[in-house]
Amino acid sequence: MIRLWFKSGAPWIWLNAAAVSLSLIMVVGVLGLVIGRGVGHFWPHQVSQFSYQELNKQPQIIIGEKVDTSITPAAMAKTTGHIMADNEDTLVQYLIKTGNRDVTGTDFRWIQERNIKAHSEPEDLIVIERREWGNFYGQLVEVKENGATIASGEQAWPVLQTKIDETLAIFKEITQIEKKEVGAINYGLERLRLKQRKLELKNAFDDLAKQDIATEKAAFDAEYKQYQVKLTELYQKLRSDSLVAKTESGSELVIPLSKVVRVFQPNTMSLLDKILHYANKVVEFLTDDPREANTEGGIFPAIFGTVMMVMMMSVIVTPFGVIAAVYLREYAKQGFITRLIRIAVNNLAGVPSVVYGVFGLGFFVYILGGNIDQLFFPESSPAPVFGTPGLLWASITLALLTLPVVIVSTEEGLARIPSSIREGSLALGATKLETLWLTVLPMASPAMMTGLILAVARAAGEVAPLMLVGVVKLAPTLPLDGNFPFLHLDRKFMHLGFHIYDVGFQSPNVEAARPLVYATALLLVLVIIGLNLAAIVIRNNLREKYRALEG
Amino acid sequence: MTQQIRSHSIDMSSVLRGKDAAQAPSETCIKVENLNLFYGEKQALHGINMEMQKKKVTAYIGPSGCGKSTLLRCINRMNDLVDSAKIEGKILLDGENIYDKSVNVAALRRRVGMVFQKPNPFPKSIFENVAYGLRIQGVNDKHILEETVENALRGAALWDEMKDRLNDNALGMSGGQQQRLVIARAIAIEPEVLLLDEPASALDPISTLKIEELINELKEKYTIVIVTHNMQQAARVSDYTAFMYMGELIEIGTTSELFTNPSKKQTEDYITGRYG
Repeated sequence: MIRLWFKSGAPWIWLNAAAVSLSLIMVVGVLGLVIGRGVGHFWPHQVSQFSYQELNKQPQIIIGEKVDTSITPAAMAKTTGHIMADNEDTLVQYLIKTGNRDVTGTDFRWIQERNIKAHSEPEDLIVIERREWGNFYGQLVEVKENGATIASGEQAWPVLQTKIDETLAIFKEITQIEKKEVGAINYGLERLRLKQRKLELKNAFDDLAKQDIATEKAAFDAEYKQYQVKLTELYQKLRSDSLVAKTESGSELVIPLSKVVRVFQPNTMSLLDKILHYANKVVEFLTDDPREANTEGGIFPAIFGTVMMVMMMSVIVTPFGVIAAVYLREYAKQGFITRLIRIAVNNLAGVPSVVYGVFGLGFFVYILGGNIDQLFFPESSPAPVFGTPGLLWASITLALLTLPVVIVSTEEGLARIPSSIREGSLALGATKLETLWLTVLPMASPAMMTGLILAVARAAGEVAPLMLVGVVKLAPTLPLDGNFPFLHLDRKFMHLGFHIYDVGFQSPNVEAARPLVYATALLLVLVIIGLNLAAIVIRNNLREKYRALEG
Repeated sequence: MTQQIRSHSIDMSSVLRGKDAAQAPSETCIKVENLNLFYGEKQALHGINMEMQKKKVTAYIGPSGCGKSTLLRCINRMNDLVDSAKIEGKILLDGENIYDKSVNVAALRRRVGMVFQKPNPFPKSIFENVAYGLRIQGVNDKHILEETVENALRGAALWDEMKDRLNDNALGMSGGQQQRLVIARAIAIEPEVLLLDEPASALDPISTLKIEELINELKEKYTIVIVTHNMQQAARVSDYTAFMYMGELIEIGTTSELFTNPSKKQTEDYITGRYG
């Protein structure tokens, strides 16, 4: 009976189906975890106020968000030092995000359910997102302008709202001026300095050049002075307002409005308010610069850097891989040596990526970059231009890493093209080159795109080599901006994969940053899916266009 | 099988009726002199000597593996693509040896067009397929291209069917249409010689008939060499027939003579189905 069942092939089908389901479950599980943990991060949670009294201690008030719950069996709780009553089966503990790091020194604390005497959600509790020291939880007392109280009690909240909007507008203006205008002036001054240095090195820094540079410099200086006046004024306005808030322990804290990003009262918010708040936070996450050692704010530079790097890599790896594959398949004499090269190429795909990073640092950055600096940028020495990790070297290193994939799939695509097509073209008087360009390569283009898709998928998720050749924790400027020559290949950049590592394991406040890790991971997955989808759409169009002959 | 072939040979006289190849004096277009071809160690063609007449249809017949296609592919040097192939001897096209070192192979292939056993249109539009040869020669003038494409498609009896579908992908056509498209593509560059390598073997009877009619029209302008498995087809379309066996040319003559009065025993055995 059993033997018959085995012979029927049914167990084999079951086995196959089980393997497929298992993979599906794992994929869904990973995505589910990332989405579940990451998406909730931006939702405004209720803030609770607990009356809390530990055994033999003074009662105290604790204000914060409940983040996590842990239930420990009594026996186990005892071994970790908790005193358990005989009738208690479990020890229930809550992790509370209490914020106020500047006051208490920590963001989180565990409390035990049995010590909670009362629990309420007062409507007047406020949450303040700050530019430093993390969130603040407490109650609003009054709003001050230039040290004088302008509103307190009931009126304080609406006044605070308008004040904050004003302050944020000023802040935005300041950032705009500092980043764009002053940034451009600084860039121009640096170029002037390099120009002068270059002339000095050539011994051509004569009076005429001196005068030229001096006038240009004067122009920049004048412009800068203008902005400086404006900035001082704006800063004064920015610093004039502040708010006073009461913490859980009853002490009062003065918080300048210039340090406030957002204030809200989560316990009074309606569903619509919460959705708006959520949307607002997501937009900030996607479009803003990071704050507070990357644990707050947005990750736009990382998204930008990732996409930019992948695109640069694609531009480098595709022609390279295709040309190599064409030579191997179409021109090289097939034999022992080509076989050896093929094996070597295939093995390159298996080399650990960090090895490529080391190679990139040693060869591209130090040797190539160093020499480029010596030859073309002597004026900026000792500061390196290309002799230091940057976007160009990262792209080239990843291009090298993904080259085997492109070569292998292009070769397969070339091999699949029927010889009758080549003969048809040759018989019409086309040379081998014309045949390649006009028929063979277009027909192999879907295969090239397949290679590129695999390459993109691999490169976008790679972190280890990038840490050596160009990715940094915080890049002050994007590799693409309005200053000539617009694309700055020598600049360092941020990357989503590295950002996850940095926020999750290198930040001073790992607990607070954990949801952000999931959110960033989700975004990385989405970016890779997006890049891949784009490539897949292009490939399918090409496939449709160059549908190969039947049989 | 033998039965079938024998019945063919009985029909042959009716097919050949009214055919007289020697009716007009003709001049030699292609002359093969002492041609030997080796694939590595193995010799595939043994000392072939033959002549093909201008604006006539010459058919190669013979059993599979006898070297007909190999010989055909020597005429436009397609065998150059086979790494192991080595060729001795001469093929003269209008008196010039095409295996001479000074010969430009691409230019030669423009003079000697070829159509393969399986239709092999490019995955491009019908128009671009026919214009391919011209574009290679650097012709990009729209009017010239349109005119040539129309003429070529008319020449291949495809214009009326396809004139409204010129921008469709050629791979959407039927097998017979594809084969006529490939012929149109070949005649678009106005070659002197057209080599047809079993052009109808992958087609249904009606498409085969159309191709045969086409060959009859094309010989007004081109010298045609055709390889075929189908002896009736050879009898129907060709003026001269060559019988090959085991890499050797056994006999060549006017089609009517070869089929009705073969001079060699082997030829007779083959066409009467007593072969082997």
